[in-house]
Amino acid sequence: MAFFFQELVNGLTTGALYALVALGFSMVYGVLKLLNFAQGGLYMIGAYIGFFVLRWFGGPTALTIPVPLLLTIMFVLAAGLVGGLGVAIERFAYRPLRDAPRIAPLITAIGVYFVLENSALLLFGAQFRVYNTPNFISFSSGIQIGSVSIDSVQILVLVMSLVLMVGLRQLVNRTRLGKQMRAVAADREAAEMLGINVNFTIAATFFLGSALAGIAGVMAGLLFNQVSNTIGFVVGLKAFTASVVGGIGSLPGAVLGGLLIGVAESFITGYVSSTYTNLLVFALLIVVMLVRPSGLFGQAQLQKV
Amino acid sequence: MSLDAQPPAAGPATPTGPAGQAAPASPGELAGPQVGADEWVARQAHRREYLPSVLGMAQRQFERIGWWPRLAVAGLAGAALPLLGLGGFQLQVAIDALVVALLAVGLNIVVGWAGLLDLGYVAFFGIGAYGFALLSSNQLNPPNGIHLPSILAIPIVMIFTGIVGLLVGLPSRRLIGDYLAIITLFFGEAFVEITNNVAPSKLGGPNGIVGIDPINAFGIQITSNTGYYLLLVIVLVVTMAVLRLLETSRTGRAWRAVRDDSLAAGSMTIPVNRVKLMAFAFGAMVAALAGTIFAAQQISVFPTDFDTPFLVLIYAGLILGGAGSIAGACVGALVLMVIYDGLLRNPTYAGYLFYGLILLTLLVKLRPWRRLAAVLAATVALGFAAHAIAAAISARAVAGSPQSTGRIASALHYWVIVPANPQTAGNWGYVALVCLLIALVQVKGRWRTILLVPTLYLASFVWETRLSVEPAITRQILIGAILIVMMNARPQGLLGTRRVEPPT
Repeated sequence: MAFFFQELVNGLTTGALYALVALGFSMVYGVLKLLNFAQGGLYMIGAYIGFFVLRWFGGPTALTIPVPLLLTIMFVLAAGLVGGLGVAIERFAYRPLRDAPRIAPLITAIGVYFVLENSALLLFGAQFRVYNTPNFISFSSGIQIGSVSIDSVQILVLVMSLVLMVGLRQLVNRTRLGKQMRAVAADREAAEMLGINVNFTIAATFFLGSALAGIAGVMAGLLFNQVSNTIGFVVGLKAFTASVVGGIGSLPGAVLGGLLIGVAESFITGYVSSTYTNLLVFALLIVVMLVRPSGLFGQAQLQKV
Repeated sequence: MSLDAQPPAAGPATPTGPAGQAAPASPGELAGPQVGADEWVARQAHRREYLPSVLGMAQRQFERIGWWPRLAVAGLAGAALPLLGLGGFQLQVAIDALVVALLAVGLNIVVGWAGLLDLGYVAFFGIGAYGFALLSSNQLNPPNGIHLPSILAIPIVMIFTGIVGLLVGLPSRRLIGDYLAIITLFFGEAFVEITNNVAPSKLGGPNGIVGIDPINAFGIQITSNTGYYLLLVIVLVVTMAVLRLLETSRTGRAWRAVRDDSLAAGSMTIPVNRVKLMAFAFGAMVAALAGTIFAAQQISVFPTDFDTPFLVLIYAGLILGGAGSIAGACVGALVLMVIYDGLLRNPTYAGYLFYGLILLTLLVKLRPWRRLAAVLAATVALGFAAHAIAAAISARAVAGSPQSTGRIASALHYWVIVPANPQTAGNWGYVALVCLLIALVQVKGRWRTILLVPTLYLASFVWETRLSVEPAITRQILIGAILIVMMNARPQGLLGTRRVEPPT
């Protein structure tokens, strides 16, 4: 049973990462009905930003500033820069295509991801960049419940994701900006007629969604230690899976979907075999999509004629 | 009776206005578009702008040649190309280009005609290649293996892949657009995962399958690259001919109808689901055909041959030429592959291509010519000034030499700054260039002209310090950029005609 709970904790941690990326996916899909494939690339850029912040302040073994300050700078910079990058991408690549047929922005998004991945290869090289987290955050300083251990990085990831998710929920449900987002998601033209600045709202959505991906990237760097230019693709794919499983466009759905995928992956790795993890996760998605295309928490959409 | 009093008013010619205007202008205009042609395009056809002078005449003459003569001439020209004496490398580039062209033509069925975004397309190519490999090597049934003659193996593999295509297309009955795209993308990923991990003794795992037979039929074996080149030219021409017949048939019209408005198509008694599945199956079969020839020519197949970057490459070729047009898909893929695989590997050609494309774009896009001259002069002046200033500040800042070779390098030597450590500076330059490009698209009018000058200089700087050093990465960035730029600037591709989109 201890193994079960250990895998559950590990799965929840990875799932929290997926959930953050999936939230960005869902938000962007909500306002633009666009599958932003670039989300995985933004996650990867976020992980690199974290790495360079770490190196700037002396690297894992010779830090010149206290760890909490380092983490704060990492997360803030990653969120800010990646969020800005997301806004720039929206402005440059997606905005001219807002009224184009659906297939056009999708192909553009693939192009954006490709440019991001290969730009990272050009700028940062093909070698793995290593965070070496254990050198500055002690893993043993976590919590021990029975034989289940939750190390400090996992606690950090779990707590922070929870805070971000609750914060996002409040933002979307309680603030003026959130109201505007929901209005744009419901009907862009009507929102525009009511005086909502649609361009600003969409840009803000891209900023938030991309910033979440950037933060998730830093978390992944801390958690998995390794960063390379190709880490974004599979995570992007799984985050998309998560948002679809939860019902695309629904924020609680994206979170639950992410956690579900993470836990499922962890159990498959633990109980079956790590060789088939990706394959089984993809199979799970295909089954969910075929049986319930609107996702577990989504509402079936009526096609407008 | 009142009816008798009516005829003068109800006559064909309206009483007001001169008779010349009121009469129907010409029988052609009244007849409307030909069956299957886009009405808007047909109405706009006579208003098209042609290039000035001789080029315009050539363009008109070219358009008067029918589709079939063009295909015949292109096919003959392609078949005659080896007579010029292509080298081994050039021949390999040509073969790869033809394989991708075949794939793009097949992808055009699904994406261009039926309007279904199939992101697992490369898996059909892989199934074709792996299927042929299993039926024509020692992999199965050791020690002798299975060695079917290609005349049997290729149809078997094509039909099998067509059936898989039907199965993968089944979700398209319920899912459209994004969902279909993602489910097919998972199928493509699953193919790579399966070939990598499942049954390594049969599928070879990451080591792939090696020792595949050459194409053989009626006692003839194709073993030389020239042979494969000619085979591919023939297969491509035949495929394009078949697809042309299909395009102008009931089925072809049904695909386009479903693409433009599936609800309307359904109410016009078109069996929407069946038509979609057919598109998937046909596309898969063309991909499988390409896969079999690819496997035979390569003698080996590996899971990485069928990964996502290759899919993006096929898409880029299709989009560049223009989705929806057979000739567009073929020409786009050929041009892209010659650039991607041939020119960009050779630093001298790559340099000519880079600067040539920039100059060409400026020549075409920058009007009037005074502005063009001003921009060019300002860029040249900026370069020499920047180089002189950098040299005055520090000798190390200009210690490197441009990465281009030959004439370009000597021409640029005192113009572009190449520091002693070009990599770091080039990386920052790349980031700055991307920022400038984004800014360039946002600003308008005079500011755009002004901003163009530093952008051009920075582009040259990044090219000389970074991009031409890393051709393998540069060409991948190019592929992504093609997708973004074409979709934004010219979604109909270089050769396609603009479609009227139904309002969403």
